[in-house]
Amino acid sequence: MNLDPKVPSGPLKDKWSKHLNDIQLVAPNNKRKHDIIVVGTGLAGGSAAASLAELGYNVKSFCIQDSARRAHSIAAQGGINAAKNYPNDGDTVWRLFYDTIKGGDYRSRESNTYRLAQNSNEIIDQAVAQGVPFAREYGGLLANRSFGGAQVSRTFYARGQTGQQLMLGAYQAMMRQVHEGKIEMHTRHEMLDLVKIDGKARGIITRDLVSGEIQRWMADAVVLASGGYGNAFYLSTNAKNSNVTAAWRCHKRGAGFANPCYVQIHPTCIPVSGDYQSKLTLMSESLRNDGRVWVPEDKDDDRHPNDIPEEDRYYYLEEKYPAFGNLVPRDVASRNAKLVCDDGMGVGPTGRAVYLDFADAIERDGRDTISDKYGNLFEMYENITGENPYEEPMKIFPAVHYTMGGLWVDYNLQSNIPGLFVAGEANFSDHGANRLGASALMQGLSDGYFIIPYTVGNYIASNELDDDVTKGHEAFDEAAENAQNHIDELLNVDGDKSVVEFHRELGQIMWDKVGISRNEEGLKEAISEIQDLREEFWNNVRVPGESSNYNKYLEFAGRVADFLELGELMAKDALHRDESCGCHLRAEHQTEEGEALRNDEDYSYVAAWEYQGVNGELQEELHKEDLEFDFVELKQRSYK
Amino acid sequence: MSKEMTIHLKIWRQDGPDQPGELVDYTLDNVNEHMSFLEMLDVLNEQIVAKGEEEPVEFDYDCREGICGSCNLVINGQAHGPKAMTCSCQLHMRNYEDGDTIVVEPFRAKAFPVIKDLVVDRSAFDRIIEAGGYVSVKTGSAPEANSIPVEKSTADTAFDYATCIGCGACVAACPNGSASLFTGAKLAHLNRLPQGKPEKDERTVAMVEQMEEEGFGDCSNYAECEAVCPKGISISAIAEMRRNYMSAAFAGEEA
Repeated sequence: MNLDPKVPSGPLKDKWSKHLNDIQLVAPNNKRKHDIIVVGTGLAGGSAAASLAELGYNVKSFCIQDSARRAHSIAAQGGINAAKNYPNDGDTVWRLFYDTIKGGDYRSRESNTYRLAQNSNEIIDQAVAQGVPFAREYGGLLANRSFGGAQVSRTFYARGQTGQQLMLGAYQAMMRQVHEGKIEMHTRHEMLDLVKIDGKARGIITRDLVSGEIQRWMADAVVLASGGYGNAFYLSTNAKNSNVTAAWRCHKRGAGFANPCYVQIHPTCIPVSGDYQSKLTLMSESLRNDGRVWVPEDKDDDRHPNDIPEEDRYYYLEEKYPAFGNLVPRDVASRNAKLVCDDGMGVGPTGRAVYLDFADAIERDGRDTISDKYGNLFEMYENITGENPYEEPMKIFPAVHYTMGGLWVDYNLQSNIPGLFVAGEANFSDHGANRLGASALMQGLSDGYFIIPYTVGNYIASNELDDDVTKGHEAFDEAAENAQNHIDELLNVDGDKSVVEFHRELGQIMWDKVGISRNEEGLKEAISEIQDLREEFWNNVRVPGESSNYNKYLEFAGRVADFLELGELMAKDALHRDESCGCHLRAEHQTEEGEALRNDEDYSYVAAWEYQGVNGELQEELHKEDLEFDFVELKQRSYK
Repeated sequence: MSKEMTIHLKIWRQDGPDQPGELVDYTLDNVNEHMSFLEMLDVLNEQIVAKGEEEPVEFDYDCREGICGSCNLVINGQAHGPKAMTCSCQLHMRNYEDGDTIVVEPFRAKAFPVIKDLVVDRSAFDRIIEAGGYVSVKTGSAPEANSIPVEKSTADTAFDYATCIGCGACVAACPNGSASLFTGAKLAHLNRLPQGKPEKDERTVAMVEQMEEEGFGDCSNYAECEAVCPKGISISAIAEMRRNYMSAAFAGEEA
């Protein structure tokens, strides 16, 4: 597997502009001769599809939802970072880059991360021009806030709906191109396979989720923006339909899957209430700006939180991390919540929760101020739990939120399969082993608006594609047949156990053994348990209904089948990475203070896995892209 | 500790757009008060799959936190159920009592044909946005973000209208099956911002006419839409839309 990152030479700050000078362009009148497939309509896919269509390419866009406006980017609450330095507090592109690479615990590519910071300002310009209603000051200019542990105020926001508003900006730009006839939109379509011809990505196979029809689509390049794989854990903050299938099927066609074990667990979510739980709800981490996290010092203290006096409370983040306090990065906050609960200090009916208390903030700033800032979040909390956070502390617990791993891409966001580009959360991206708050929206839009349109053009201009290829090519036949067979197999098992039960069991294994803290023994157990569960799935799953109409259980069955393979790869990757870094905490490797202890000598690389087949065990070959740091010095993270 | 209930359900079952549909009775024991309404339907579907006698109930959902706009149930005659400013997915069973009977139907409208059971086709909304619900700005051509100041009150009002999640409850609740609140909200968001002003007239006419073409009815000021809107969007949007439409449609005819 060729893992040449194709990073341009020269100083960090000049790499992207040098690359733009060097890449080849497609003449305006030739662009209309080229078809490009974009899978997914979230921030990355929507912005890529709109921008490519504006340039003149014929775009075919696909999404599994009933409209291109619904992808899970819509749920992002907090905000989007940019190095505008409007508050004059000393922010720069370098500082945003540095915070991002340090936050990722030095496991991302310098060049890509720097470009992300460079593009950040243009994203804000673009969104504002589209009419995205960001928060403003009384003078009419844009407002900023500090977010997720940053020491500058660089986060732009639209109340608690920043993702939704940016999504609508991208969606509306897309719909304008649908109107112009430059985007052919296919909603309720699921990608089931990638078609490769002469080693290049030339098309996809989809299932029409309404009619059940298996369809073939051809193009000169395929852009995959199908999101992350957090639903391998069953319970996560991801939308129910978020899945790994499109990316996993590309992996099975030869695309490297990079760093699958890097999973971000968000510290502020509403705890699980029962076994019927279908998903977990995130409460924006902006709450940590004013809320204080604590547990009772005495594990047997069953008093109501309001009756527990100050001296009997353990404000563990403030005590352990006096400099950052409640604003430590997500991985540190999540890990510490798990630790206090493991020690028996957890609260609530399950003992798997900690308090997030606003009493001091309400007394200091007044209820109205707190309500202005967090009113909608407080209402959401009360609606779900039946408890009023103005009157008593919230109960929170960590939940799987974002996956930093994904398909391996080079500097052009091209996978190791020529013509297959990967954008947004679906690629292994710019966040290393941990993503900072308000950086996911930034990355999705940077990829889609400002990188893909150039690099896909470069690929098309510099590659001769066989014009005689048609959808009748044997590669299309084989892939279409493969997709149909897979569906038939699922329906034919006709066992006793539902898809949901298998998914829930997989999630439990993943959460217990491939979750917040991992160790060698647990990971080995997880691998073997997942193998057994996968075998049981193929012998005993019950998928109701038929393949020729709308059948959500069938859709989910295909996705769970893929999660049952991916889950094993995640555990394998976590087992092989015998160090801790960012969100990947191997219990064997911690500092005395319980922080992730990296091993830069042996593990400063991207692990890209090559699929070899499934034979009881998932067969994968490891390839490495060494990470070179020419511009930053690697340091032990410390938030003390 | 938490309350368990028996709930009786009457659920609309329909195999396809051209097939007749009917309400089918189900009973669920052990419904926990902390379940969301959709989690209760998940449990029902698991029960149906286990029995193996019929296909599970199809319904649309995705984020399950009230922001994606996918879920769309009429619950006891109300779009998104009894709780104000709440999507179907954010309705919790603690709002019901042991022994209650709940009727669950799809969002019904001429312009929203049923696909299966509770799933409807809302692509007409996409086509209304396609007609003009955007600012025509190409990627890369945007000016510096702070070069266009926007009065805070204008930005805040634009935001209030921009919060529409495109769920279609307004249409389902309207006796005329009108999409005026949906269309008006997008117009009220874009038309009042300096970025949206240059295309205001053209946008208003195009979107209103597309709305009519899709088979949505006219607005008769019932205000049912405002009452069910999970984002609390005000029907002032509709008044504004009419005003703008009148001035835009007849602007060229004077002179």
